[in-house]
Amino acid sequence: MAEGVLSAKGLRKRYDGREVVAGLDLELSRGECFGLLGPNGAGKTTALRMLLGLTAPDAGEITLLGHPVPKAAREGRIRVGVVPQVDNLDPDFTVRENLLVYGSYFGLSRAQVSRRLPHLLEFASLEARADSRIQALSGGMKRRLVLARALVNDPELIFLDEPTTGLDPQARHLLWEKLRMLLREGKTILLTTHFMDEAERLCDRLAIIDRGRMLAQGAPRDLIAEHIEPEVVEVYGEGVEGWYAANAKALSARAELHGETAFCYLREAAPVVAALKAVPGLRFLHRRANLEDLFLKLTGREMRDDA
Amino acid sequence: MTRSLFAPPDFSRAWMAVWRRNYLVWRKLAAESVLGNIVEPLFYLLGFGFGMGSLIAQVDGVRYIAFLAGGTICYATMLSASFESLYSGFARMHVQRTWEGILNAPVSLEDVLLAEWVWAASKSLLSGTAVLVVAVALGLSQSLTMVLIVPLAFLIGLSFAGMGLVITSFAKNFDFFMYWFTLFLTPQMLLSGVFYPIANMPGWLQAVSSALPLTHAIAIGRPLFLGQWPASVALHAGVLAAYGFAGFAIAVVLFRRRLLA
Repeated sequence: MAEGVLSAKGLRKRYDGREVVAGLDLELSRGECFGLLGPNGAGKTTALRMLLGLTAPDAGEITLLGHPVPKAAREGRIRVGVVPQVDNLDPDFTVRENLLVYGSYFGLSRAQVSRRLPHLLEFASLEARADSRIQALSGGMKRRLVLARALVNDPELIFLDEPTTGLDPQARHLLWEKLRMLLREGKTILLTTHFMDEAERLCDRLAIIDRGRMLAQGAPRDLIAEHIEPEVVEVYGEGVEGWYAANAKALSARAELHGETAFCYLREAAPVVAALKAVPGLRFLHRRANLEDLFLKLTGREMRDDA
Repeated sequence: MTRSLFAPPDFSRAWMAVWRRNYLVWRKLAAESVLGNIVEPLFYLLGFGFGMGSLIAQVDGVRYIAFLAGGTICYATMLSASFESLYSGFARMHVQRTWEGILNAPVSLEDVLLAEWVWAASKSLLSGTAVLVVAVALGLSQSLTMVLIVPLAFLIGLSFAGMGLVITSFAKNFDFFMYWFTLFLTPQMLLSGVFYPIANMPGWLQAVSSALPLTHAIAIGRPLFLGQWPASVALHAGVLAAYGFAGFAIAVVLFRRRLLA
């Protein structure tokens, strides 16, 4: 608890009779990157809003940087930075003005923010854009500016709500690099995402939640080792249904057919691979189990349209 | 939940930073904004003032255009606060998500609402002053009491912005605001004595008129413009303040329900 940056116990929140967050416990330690993963409508954004003190939980206790939330949420947020899911930069201001004005919400004077400004612009790789209008920035630039804006108060803890949604691969990689820099500086990060590669790359620990409940929590590789067989063979092509019905279950520790692909989860893939090479028309991909396999196992494969 | 909707407001100095943000945006477009605020009332003044004024030589012992000017200043002030608290406020809350960004900082919703309220009243002060300057430039008033219209404009602004925020708190889109304009603001323009003395209307209509905040605004503003000390200032100012403060208090509860639930 002494090292605790953020802790939540027994969080609950109900909307219109539906429990959106149904008993969530979280504990972040200083300097770690913690991921909150879940399908749309899993309760991620509601959980973040409660942790920031923007919505009162129906039950549960939250401590944000030593301050009880929502009671002293304002004090808690003084050393917190937030990168929201949707960019909410001020369209009437330039890049520089956005940073200056946002700093003023933390009680920082123009002079105080001006001193940090070169560092923030450099961090966001926007030195040449200080006097650009927001409309003139690309999606990746806007995201980086939102991230720089979240650093204007030199936060200890940074919340990022789906930070790379809608970005192209180049912009995502650049943003990930920035986040790693922040972790090296000793910042603590709480990140929500539904990109499994993002979570696997960045997070020291993560929690998978669905329907407001915690399904699993731990280091990504540990979770995969704990819940999923180490090897995966994906089979597709002509006649996959017949092959699946006749062989998959017998050859795999666990197998599933979804659409036109059979997923075989195994301890040792060699026998399946050998068997598949003998079947004409079938194609397959052999790979290591990853976070996505774990996520799909825990949260199911059906579409979520309720968010 | 119900408890937190009606909890005492959590104000801090941070509201001034939010007010300043709105001011800085306005400053970039100040010329256009002031021009927009002046043009419509100016045409009312010129059109009705000289047009109708040619038919009506005097009203209550003054030139018609001078009579009209005091009402027009109050009307312009009402419009300015209403546009700001409805359209601009909704844009900042909903379209640009500016409030969302601000609320992630150590700023409370009440700080944001207080800033919006006072900012809308500040814009009223600016528009009221601008129209006043035009009216004085047209030679319609030489009385020093007209200077007091400046603080009055701020009070009128608080009154209409407080009510405007209530409407914004449950608006789903910009179209919704037409109801407020056609059902509440336009009738006030016609029933609150902008163009003619209320005393000329039938008794039942006078009763309706006496409940409208713009009537009370004009009851103070017109005499000040014409160099007279208004009667029952405390009563009229009290009604304006009551509308404004009640509106603001209701808006706080409704915005909490909308944004913090």
